[in-house]
Amino acid sequence: MRNLPLDGELVEVPEAQDFELRQHDSILRLPHAFSFDRRGFFKVLGGGLLVCIAARHATSQESGAGAHRDHEPPKTLDSWLHIGENGEVTAFTGKVEVGQNARTSLAQQVAEELRVPLTSVRLIMGDTELTPYDMGTFGSRTTPQMGMQLRKVSASARAVLIQMAAERWSADASGLVVQEGKISDPKTNRTISYAELVHGQKLAKLIPDDPELTPASDWKVAGASAPKANGRDFVTGAHQYTTDVGLPGMLHGKVVRPSAFHAKLMSCDTSQAEKIPGVSVVHDGDFIGVSAMDVMTTGRASQAIRAQWDAPPQISDRELFDHLRKGASDENDNKEQFVLGSVEQSRAQASKTLQQTYTVAYIAHTPLEPRAAVAEWKDGKLTVWTGTQRPFAVKEELAQAFRLSPENVRVIVPDTGSAYGGKHTGEAAVEGARLAKAAGKPVKLIWSREEEFTWAYFRPAGVIDVSSGAKADGSIIFWEYDNFNSGPAAMRTPYEVANQRITFHPADAPLRQGSYRSLAAAANHFARESHMDELAHEFRMDPLEFRLKNLKNDRLRAVFQAAAEKFGWGKQKATPGIGFGLGGGFEKGGYIATCAEVSVQRGAVKVTRVVEAFDCGAVVNPQGLKNQIAGAVMQGLGGALFEAIRFENGRIVNPHLSEYRVPRFSDLPQIDVVLVDRKDQRSMGAGETPLTGIAPAVGNAIFAATGSRIRSLPLAPSGIPNKAS
Amino acid sequence: MAFTLVVNGTEQRVNVEPEKPLLYVLRDDLTLTGTKYGCGEGQCGACTVLVDGSPERSCRLPVSSAAGKKITTIEGLSHGEKLHPIQQAFLDVEAFQCAYCTSGMIVSAAALLERTPNPSDQQIISHMDGNICRCGVYARIIEAVHRAAAILGRAQNA
Repeated sequence: MRNLPLDGELVEVPEAQDFELRQHDSILRLPHAFSFDRRGFFKVLGGGLLVCIAARHATSQESGAGAHRDHEPPKTLDSWLHIGENGEVTAFTGKVEVGQNARTSLAQQVAEELRVPLTSVRLIMGDTELTPYDMGTFGSRTTPQMGMQLRKVSASARAVLIQMAAERWSADASGLVVQEGKISDPKTNRTISYAELVHGQKLAKLIPDDPELTPASDWKVAGASAPKANGRDFVTGAHQYTTDVGLPGMLHGKVVRPSAFHAKLMSCDTSQAEKIPGVSVVHDGDFIGVSAMDVMTTGRASQAIRAQWDAPPQISDRELFDHLRKGASDENDNKEQFVLGSVEQSRAQASKTLQQTYTVAYIAHTPLEPRAAVAEWKDGKLTVWTGTQRPFAVKEELAQAFRLSPENVRVIVPDTGSAYGGKHTGEAAVEGARLAKAAGKPVKLIWSREEEFTWAYFRPAGVIDVSSGAKADGSIIFWEYDNFNSGPAAMRTPYEVANQRITFHPADAPLRQGSYRSLAAAANHFARESHMDELAHEFRMDPLEFRLKNLKNDRLRAVFQAAAEKFGWGKQKATPGIGFGLGGGFEKGGYIATCAEVSVQRGAVKVTRVVEAFDCGAVVNPQGLKNQIAGAVMQGLGGALFEAIRFENGRIVNPHLSEYRVPRFSDLPQIDVVLVDRKDQRSMGAGETPLTGIAPAVGNAIFAATGSRIRSLPLAPSGIPNKAS
Repeated sequence: MAFTLVVNGTEQRVNVEPEKPLLYVLRDDLTLTGTKYGCGEGQCGACTVLVDGSPERSCRLPVSSAAGKKITTIEGLSHGEKLHPIQQAFLDVEAFQCAYCTSGMIVSAAALLERTPNPSDQQIISHMDGNICRCGVYARIIEAVHRAAAILGRAQNA
């Protein structure tokens, strides 16, 4: 049993990242750093100044789970920044761009600290050969950690450049000023650009990483809206996603999938497929796949394979919640628990108590670009382009699968057609590489939508029991909370409750499950904020008033009040068919409050208006942030209202977009975003937490509109039956 | 079988199976990869192209049905450096996140603006409802269509 850290400093706790990985990924691998020939950098980028940090330090800072490396001596230098002879600045990061706009926001932070125009900065991201080791793009950690890292590197680099100018002029460095990539000496009116300073040099500088940083209140480039990096390539179709990468002689691959989950291959006849000209067939253990010059031939070849599978009987979605509860592990080692005071001893002090159970279904990430890879073997070396959030983990996966030494594997992540936590793993990369190895040619493998819905992993389903009690004045006295399987993220309550017992129970999960945007925070916010609404109702208190009565945290109070004000909370009373609801909370350094208005006509639910207030510290890119928040509301609406994976006996029942409904234009409410820009607070990530308020806000609004309390997500896959409560 | 297609104003001859979806002819045979695969069932709109001016789901359209017709893909909307107003509008209001749906969105919207130069919100929503943006950027896409309509209107009045 471990006590979870939770407060405003959560992000500073190294276990947080480790914890996130343990929670949802079974593939945590040891990071290795291998020396890279820095002359290679100069070959690629030309001369100039290369800014490096000893790798041990850089990775242990980036990775909480990297603590085991602390006793190792640094093996290499990580190169973070290059200032070219033409003044072009290149920053290197193992983070990837999956639509969260980190390529832009990180470049802004480099430009800010280096004092160069944003247009002169480009990022090389997610390339295991060029970028420093990185654990992965998840957990909303790009802004607080990588943003901070690149700010430090850039500020240090600025100091190095100023020093170079001072030496050249025999001037005092402290008297020099720098702006727009130029250093000048006001005393002598001399000016020199970074480009001139580094001209003709191939200089690698090791820098300290604790320079003084520019406070957010002085930001000029960061903190202001910046257009998406390479935006033009996305409106012309020029950007090459993994699915668009083409290599000479490349084949198209297809994997022959088992008949059901956990199926064993009993027999396999590939002879008919092998007769088709130009087809390469792989049958290796339980893996069967084909590749050919075009997709039509690949399709025919895969259909010509006769495979017999034997699958064990498996449960269906109808039995899901019983199964999770029964299958919960009671061993203390597996539980995550937080205890404060005594739930048992305080029970008698409550004037009212409430006990309810909430459930959430399995849902699918449904990234519009399916999992894909292009794999090429050349001179014993494997290069794979693939859309993953964890290029270095996929590199390890590949090295292990093909028994290669890691320096012979390179993973490159083109800016990817979204991920939402769904692309932590390297299935397509491994499969594509296996096919390419057999064919002796590069192979592109793009998962079909059906494969994506079936063989990817899912947002965990869960059962959540909440038992609570409050005194006559509405102050909550005890809070008992048990989450089965869905996950512990954000399961702690931000409200002031003297007696709490909050427990996460891992369970025997019937489907492959893993990370999903905000992890379990969406489920835990749904359960907690629905329950808060029910308690408020018990005490005949306004839901906002009830929350504020039980809430001390200033930043969370501020977003509740900001959202309520913009929404006009309390100004309009619910009428039959029209209701208002709210929900909010704290997770990953972000404070969120969401208000929703729904209309329920003849059982059909339409969310008509949403206001979401969000505080993630100092805002780096306001327009980009607003886009993330509104998008998260929209995506969260799907899981709130209608998304659910149905399954039966090891098969997914609805593995198509015609059967698995995701939000569309016609589901769009009016969305107003209120940014609470706290320049005095550290910038935190914003890709995930904005998704967590919408489900409880909508559920509570449905209750206000209809009197029906729905305690399961999705709330209304086929409308609201009359008076379900 | 050999088919002749007029793609973005250029005559192209391809020798492929008649039932090969136009999507793969464009992407694999003609290396026009701006048109995306999203679902293969005509549900997401990422593969939308114009066939004789009408938006079609190229993942469900056999190449034999497109033979001899005028096909416009995302690559055919801009002219050199000059973007189509709807492309410019998407860029201006940043109507994308991961942008994988963007080609299909832009092509669908271009078809709408061709027929309905000044569409209402409701007309945009019903025309575009077959295009999925999983990142949820719908509100900005609607804004971009209005903006493009305004640009086109100004150009016409000028």
